[in-house]
Amino acid sequence: MISSTIGIWNYWIVFCLMMIGLFLVIGRKNFLKKIVGLAIFQTSVFLLYITFGKIKGGTPPILNESIDTIYSNPLPHVLILTAIVVGVATTALGLSLVLRINSEYGSIEEDDVSAQDLVDYHDDIETGKNFDLKFKK
Amino acid sequence: MISELLINAFLVTIMLSIAIALIKTRTVIFTVILTSAYSLVAALMFITLDAVDVAFTEASVGAGISTILFLAAMAYLPKKEVESISSEFIPALSCIILGGILIWCSFDLPEIGQLTAPIHQHIAPEYIKGSKEDIGIPNIVTSVLASYRGYDTFGETIVVFTAGVAVLALLEKKNTTKKNKSQPKQKIKKNA
Repeated sequence: MISSTIGIWNYWIVFCLMMIGLFLVIGRKNFLKKIVGLAIFQTSVFLLYITFGKIKGGTPPILNESIDTIYSNPLPHVLILTAIVVGVATTALGLSLVLRINSEYGSIEEDDVSAQDLVDYHDDIETGKNFDLKFKK
Repeated sequence: MISELLINAFLVTIMLSIAIALIKTRTVIFTVILTSAYSLVAALMFITLDAVDVAFTEASVGAGISTILFLAAMAYLPKKEVESISSEFIPALSCIILGGILIWCSFDLPEIGQLTAPIHQHIAPEYIKGSKEDIGIPNIVTSVLASYRGYDTFGETIVVFTAGVAVLALLEKKNTTKKNKSQPKQKIKKNA
């Protein structure tokens, strides 16, 4: 009973971690926090994959002399190695987007940015800028 | 064997507490440090789960380079997170429902470490058997990464290159506006 509970405990916590990451992405209005949430989500997905690859009593997949060694599954390890590097590329891209938004709007809060967008939109309508452009097209 | 699983359960619970602290904190520097700690504990877990290559990549790239990137970006950003006016109830509720569905589905997953699980049946045994003769290096992960699935790694390189170009393109516009401002000075110098 205890063994089977522990055997499935990892999955439950990993799902909780994934949901915390997702909550940070969709629930928080700060752009930096959203990117942190994305990183949390990624790392928990990595954990899920590596958990699948584990074999009881297995060793890391590096060949040794004895014949009857059980090796853990190397395939998830390879996939996750690729995913970690791509994850860092995603983080770098997201951070540079946040930096650009900060230099353009002076804020990285979603509420501020959308409020400024709304003000700009109404200004455009009042001056007739957008309407002329649409009419010409 | 049971002790290994217990260590796993302990580490993953630490990760849960770090993630909860991440939700609570509003200071940017704490957020960055907690993210780094999260990656480091994840690297420890990878070691107990027999993924040594993944562990040192996560420790160096996930906990190292990511943290450096976050710290570098942090220098130009506001230091405090503003609490939002709008309610966080609907996102939280949808996350809880989705998490409940995932946990409900987890009863169909094979227990951790079962040799009979479907993932261990299909192609991994062939990689383990053939690696020594085909490639000739003892580390199976390396031989799969660089040879059996070399195209995946090639695709990864393209993705990283594209991201690098995009980052340069995004950050350069800021510099060109600065250059435009400083151009008059240069002209003056040339005239002189």
